[in-house]
Amino acid sequence: MRRLLVANRGEIAVRIIRAARDLGISTVAVHSEADADALHTRLADVAVGIGPSAASKSYLVADAILAAAKDTGADAVHPGYGFLSERASFAAAVADAGLTFVGPDAATIERMGDKVAAREVARAAGVPTVPGTPGGVADADGAVAAADDVGYPVMLKAAAGGGGRGIRVVDDAEALRTAFGQASNEALKAFGDGTMYLERFVTRARHVEVQVLGDGTDAVHLFERECSLQRRRQKVVEEAVSPGISAQTRDAMTAAAVSLCREAGYRSAGTVEFLVDDETGEFFFIEMNTRIQVEHPTTELVTGVDLVAEQLRIAAGEPLRFAQDDIVRRGHALEFRVCAEDPEKDFLPSPGNVGRVTLPSGPWVRCDTWLEPDGKVPPYYDSLLAKVIVWGSDRTEAIARSRRALAEFSVSGIPTTAGLFAELLDQDWFASADFHTGTLEQWLATRGENA
Amino acid sequence: MPRHEVVSPIPGVFYRRPDPGSPPFAEDGATVTEDQSVGLVEVMKSFHQIPAGAAGTLVEFLVDDEAEVDAGQPVAVVETG
Repeated sequence: MRRLLVANRGEIAVRIIRAARDLGISTVAVHSEADADALHTRLADVAVGIGPSAASKSYLVADAILAAAKDTGADAVHPGYGFLSERASFAAAVADAGLTFVGPDAATIERMGDKVAAREVARAAGVPTVPGTPGGVADADGAVAAADDVGYPVMLKAAAGGGGRGIRVVDDAEALRTAFGQASNEALKAFGDGTMYLERFVTRARHVEVQVLGDGTDAVHLFERECSLQRRRQKVVEEAVSPGISAQTRDAMTAAAVSLCREAGYRSAGTVEFLVDDETGEFFFIEMNTRIQVEHPTTELVTGVDLVAEQLRIAAGEPLRFAQDDIVRRGHALEFRVCAEDPEKDFLPSPGNVGRVTLPSGPWVRCDTWLEPDGKVPPYYDSLLAKVIVWGSDRTEAIARSRRALAEFSVSGIPTTAGLFAELLDQDWFASADFHTGTLEQWLATRGENA
Repeated sequence: MPRHEVVSPIPGVFYRRPDPGSPPFAEDGATVTEDQSVGLVEVMKSFHQIPAGAAGTLVEFLVDDEAEVDAGQPVAVVETG
C-alpha cells in the first residue's frame, strides 16, 4: 500500500490521514464543494473535488470516488464510518477496480449487514442471540405466532435496518398487528426491504460492544466499550471498559466476539455489539459493525493499539501482529461526542459560522476534530464537531479529568452540546454507572421539566 | 391580496418533495392550509417540514429545489384573503 484514498470527511478523514502518514503511506482526500478548504482536504498529500456539497452528490457517489482514485494513482481506499463504509457494492467496486478496500470483503459486509444472516453466523459460533425469530417473519399473523413463543414485550426490527429506524416495541398481540404493517412499510421505504424480525425486548439493557481485529484466519479482541448513554438510539457518551459488567461477563463476551469473528473469517477491524440484560447479566449478540467506529479511540487509549493503523496493515495483507495475551488494558477512557446542536432547543442542529475555537488538550486528553477557528459548520453533513476522549488510571480519575477537558472546550458562534456533558458528569447515576440504554433520555426529559 | 412569506426557521437544504420519488408537497397555484407542508429542510441529516403558516394560494417559490437556505429566509409566498 503506497497511496491511500480516504473516502470520507470530517474528523474520521483527518484521523485516517494521520494514521496513514505514521505508516509512511501517502494520502488522497476527496471533498465536496463545501469541504474545498476543510482540514482533511488540506492535510492530505493530494485533494480531489468530487462534486457538489450534498453528500448524495459527492461522498456517496462511488463512481466519482473510484475515478479520483484512478486519477491520483491510489492503490487503496479507506471508507471511514458512515457514507459508503458498509455498502458491499462499494467494497466490490473497489476490488473490481484492482484497488485494496480497507475493510472486510464485500461478501462479509453483506452477510454481517443483514441482521438475520448475522444472527445465523452468531448461532453457528455458539454466541447467544436475543431470543427471537431465527429468520424474517412473513406477515402480522406470523409475527403474532412468533411473539407467543418469544414472550412480550417484543421488539420489531427491520432486517436491513440501521440507525434506529424501523423499530417498534409492543406489549401485546393487538399492538403487534398494528405496528407490523407500519414498520414494514417504513423499512421498505428506508432500506428497500420490508423484511421484519422479532426479538425479546430487554427493559433494562446495557449496550456493550467488543472491538475485534481479524486477519481472516486468526482474531483477537481489544476488550469492550459501553455505549449505553444514547439519545434517539444514537450514542452520546462511550467508555472503555464497561463499568457495568462483571469480570466473568467480560471474559465470556470477549471470547464470544472472537469466536464469531473466526466463524465469519473476519478480516479487518470490527465491532461485535451485545445487549446486556442488567437484571440477569445475560448478554446477547445484536449485530456486527464491519468498519471503524466513532468511539474507537476509547479502546485505543486503554490498549495503546492504533486501530486505524492495524486496519491498514491487515488490508495490506499482513497477519495480525498480536496474540491475545499481548493486548493488555490499562485504566479507563471516556469519549464525549460534541455536536453542533442546541440542547436547550431539543437538540436542534445548528450549522453556521464559528469564530473562536478552543480545544481541550493537556495530559491524557485527546480531541479528534476537523473544527478550526473562523470556519464554517456546513448544514449538509452530520453534526459531530469533535470527540473529546479522556484517559484516567481509573474511572473516577477519568471523570475528574473529563470535567477539566470539557470546561476547556469552547466554540463561539454556534451552540454545542459540550456544556451539557458537564452537567451529566455531576449526576450520581453517572458516577456510579447505574444506567441503561433508556437513562440518558429519561434524564434529559427530567432536566427539561426542571429548566 | 395580502402576501404571507413562508420562512424556513432553520438553515439547511430546501426540498419541495418529501423524497425523490414523490410528487411535490405543493405546486404553484395550489390552495394550501395553514398547517400544510410546502417543503422540507434537511439540516445535518435531520428533516424538518415547513408549514405554509397561512391559508391561501401558493403563488410562488422563492428558492429552487435543493437550494441552500438560511434561518429566517423566505422560501415561498402564499396569497391570503
